[in-house]
Amino acid sequence: MSAATAVAHRRGGTRSIARRPLFLAAAGVVGLLVALVVGVAAGSVFVPPGDTIAILAHRLLGLDLGIHWTAAEETIVFELRLPRVLMAMTVGVGLAVAGATFQGVLRNPLADPYVLGTASGAALGAAIAVILPVRAVFLEFGLLHGLAFLGALGAVFVVYRFSRTGGHGQMTSLLLTGYAIASLLAAGLSMAMFLSGAGLRQIFSFLLGGFESATWVRFATALPLIIGASILIAMRARALNGFLLGEEAAAHLGVDVPRERAILLGLASLATAAAVAVSGLIGFVGLVAPHVVRLAVGPNARVVLPLAAIFGAILMVGADLAARLLGDVPVGVVTAVIGAPFFLFLLRRTRAGYDL
Amino acid sequence: MSAAVRTERLTVAYRGRPAISDVDLRIEPAERVALVGPNGAGKSTLLRAIAGLVDATAGTVEIGGVPLSRLDRLGVARRLAVVPQLPSLPFATTVEEVVALGRLPHEHPIRGLRPADRSAIAGAIDRVGVGHLLGRDARELSLGERQLVLLAMAVAQAAPILVLDEPTVHLDLRHQVEVMDLLADLNARDGTTIISVLHDVGLAAHFFPRIVVLDQGRIVADGPPAESLSGDRIRDVFGVDPGLVRLPASLRGSAIA
Repeated sequence: MSAATAVAHRRGGTRSIARRPLFLAAAGVVGLLVALVVGVAAGSVFVPPGDTIAILAHRLLGLDLGIHWTAAEETIVFELRLPRVLMAMTVGVGLAVAGATFQGVLRNPLADPYVLGTASGAALGAAIAVILPVRAVFLEFGLLHGLAFLGALGAVFVVYRFSRTGGHGQMTSLLLTGYAIASLLAAGLSMAMFLSGAGLRQIFSFLLGGFESATWVRFATALPLIIGASILIAMRARALNGFLLGEEAAAHLGVDVPRERAILLGLASLATAAAVAVSGLIGFVGLVAPHVVRLAVGPNARVVLPLAAIFGAILMVGADLAARLLGDVPVGVVTAVIGAPFFLFLLRRTRAGYDL
Repeated sequence: MSAAVRTERLTVAYRGRPAISDVDLRIEPAERVALVGPNGAGKSTLLRAIAGLVDATAGTVEIGGVPLSRLDRLGVARRLAVVPQLPSLPFATTVEEVVALGRLPHEHPIRGLRPADRSAIAGAIDRVGVGHLLGRDARELSLGERQLVLLAMAVAQAAPILVLDEPTVHLDLRHQVEVMDLLADLNARDGTTIISVLHDVGLAAHFFPRIVVLDQGRIVADGPPAESLSGDRIRDVFGVDPGLVRLPASLRGSAIA
């Protein structure tokens, strides 16, 4: 944190443009830490923030803050809530970065893993893995992740191909294709549930979405995939910026369009699949986080991606906390209540300003 | 010294139908060339082939002596800037942010824009005269203003070759002349090679020392305006009375003759 502020001061003095994103990044990191502590402290059993911080400092950093806590508190904080909050953060990062990437590459402000059917594709893949009688697991990565990834990739591919043939009204055809694909995948999910037998509960939990089943092991499977994909996407910010003016202009600006499009959509699908594999279907975070960030700092992917990741993480922890405090309602309900009106707001604004 | 752009027996066909055939064109560094011709003559296809956006069906394209097939997109973008067609923008984007996109081929992959990039952006904004638009959302500008912003973006790209497809369609007369003056200035002061498709033959004759006339996918004339835009040729290629074309006074005699 102090390093980030120091950088903000050093750069901020010379360029006023640089000040805002760095200030927001610093504020975002503070927000993330606050979300971490509040998310761990609050719940059906309240653990005082002081105790929470002391337990976290002791277990994560080996520091003794001179505060005493009970063994029960330590179990709640460290075995139940901390993995849950960290997993919510990771999933928030994955969905926000995937959303920003889909919006950028498909050049559509309404694209997000949920709207495009990517998340449904991943959920169907995961559901098929649940009902298949084979168990192939290596370090907890297994068939489930593989099929979730294939499902996400397949959905993106179909939506992309169909939405392009429309030419004019590209936006409408993208949304309609996404809707059609999502409906078809929902039918597939119903079929999987019908066939599932003992796996029914697990498939049902994909549909509802949430972090109740968070464990350290599941967190450890999601973290490298999501953070890895996000970093690789952030390293291609230049290509993502090129898409802003369309594929032809991107090519003129030095972007190898077919290659970058495939890599970026593939990485965004991977992040989506890894998120869905641990938390199921959670809508609208991938839509809201990048847009709120863009409203503040403009469309430059170099800035939007990291800030959307931070904001997505905070948003997801907040939504999960709200879901827990409301009596363990599915977190997807909370994000939908925030996200659906936002989607309609964007749709209305977009009609006025969009050129297609 | 190798040519800025050289095509040899270049043919581009779409679904078996050639859009340009056997085009041999050599453009020297720091030349200023206008491509004119009726609709469907293959002007835009020739530009797209030079920019590497369509593959040659037969023949070759070289940029600065290097075959296009040996350059990746980044290599092309550092040698040749194209003013794109007016695109739609999916997000609110300020004029300054659009112009900054011109630096994509040069910026650092991780750090992004460096001081040299920022001064190139400021210089381009100044030269094209879009400074008064800087903070505005590019989606809210008039077509003409957007055309100037995209020109500024291509100028910021600072490539030795600048390619334009109808840079003046949406501009009023004063801005048309300003853009032509700017192209002449880039050409004279920076030695930038300018290749532009123009619909307005009069404008081309006024501002370009070399005119290439395309008709039905082939080059039918190539030379100074007085040669390539003779009255007979305007009648043949465009099918109009040459008296309707506003040519510079110095050429008028030869055009009407």
